[in-house]
Amino acid sequence: MSATITILGMAALTVLVKALIFLLGERVRFSPLARQALDFVPVTVLTAIIVPMVLAPHGGGLELDWRNPQLVAAGAAVLVCAVTRQALLTIGVGLVVFFAWQYWLG
Amino acid sequence: MAAHPRLSHFAAGARDTLPMLVGAAPFGLIFGTLVAPAQLAGWQGQLMSLGVFAGSSQFIAAGLMASGTGMLVIWFATLIVNLRHMLYAATLLPRVRHLPARWRWLLGFVLTDETFAVMDGYYRRHPDTPLGHWYFLGSGLAMYLNWQCWTAIGIVFGAVFPQLQTLGLDFAMVATFIAIIVPQLFAAPRLAAALATGLAGYLLKDWPYKLGLLMAVGIGIGVGLLASRWLARHARRRERA
Repeated sequence: MSATITILGMAALTVLVKALIFLLGERVRFSPLARQALDFVPVTVLTAIIVPMVLAPHGGGLELDWRNPQLVAAGAAVLVCAVTRQALLTIGVGLVVFFAWQYWLG
Repeated sequence: MAAHPRLSHFAAGARDTLPMLVGAAPFGLIFGTLVAPAQLAGWQGQLMSLGVFAGSSQFIAAGLMASGTGMLVIWFATLIVNLRHMLYAATLLPRVRHLPARWRWLLGFVLTDETFAVMDGYYRRHPDTPLGHWYFLGSGLAMYLNWQCWTAIGIVFGAVFPQLQTLGLDFAMVATFIAIIVPQLFAAPRLAAALATGLAGYLLKDWPYKLGLLMAVGIGIGVGLLASRWLARHARRRERA
């Protein structure tokens, strides 16, 4: 039940944010600073979510270790993406390295 | 073409969005498989795609729900992540301002990163088009239906192979995010922002209600702004010299 309310609230917020400018028109303005700050939102939010998942996958301490499959596979994915900039290839290589590493260590 | 100009604009919008549909498909699929680990029923996952229809905030919500985060933090994260649509809307506003309110609600609802990219290009090529909103709707609805289909397939896939989760399918989300983040890091201020966020995110990860995540984002944005300002000043000084 609370999950459904969470989802409906997310939907209401998102529709409002997306449609607000179209509905209010000129009455909403962004300062140049706000514009600049918004540019950093996607990259920082996504980074903040995945870094703890990669560095401490078991929720405990730092696992800077070649036996940490999340870390090794994330490193491979970053490398592939930096060189090719291909989203699908990045995801594919990341997953293959992750599962292979886990299988090999298990 | 001349007989049904609205329909032909609608169809052209959907057709020109085709590459974006292919690009969004794996994200929809992966989102679907994350529904079960997020402790959601299948219909709730589909409800999120139907109602929210904003990929990155859906991924973030699924990740936060999987770790048992409270409602308010999820709503706040949704709000922050989706604020960028206001910038898109501000860019497209001169083209939709004249439309009736129901059209503006509808076009706002179907606005996504992908449809913005398509519409921005379209309006540049066709500055005086009177039926651009039909093209907009074609692009947006194509993305919407595509997103629903791939979410549903992902949910079914995740339910049929529940062992995928114990293998660590949540790594699919990490890989997906990396594919979104890395191409943006070739600008120095964004790289600085990401590094600062990552460090802060790790150090603050044990704060309650995922507040450390929001704090890390705030720090990252601050560092990014400082880096842009520093680079701009540096460039000006070099010009003068």
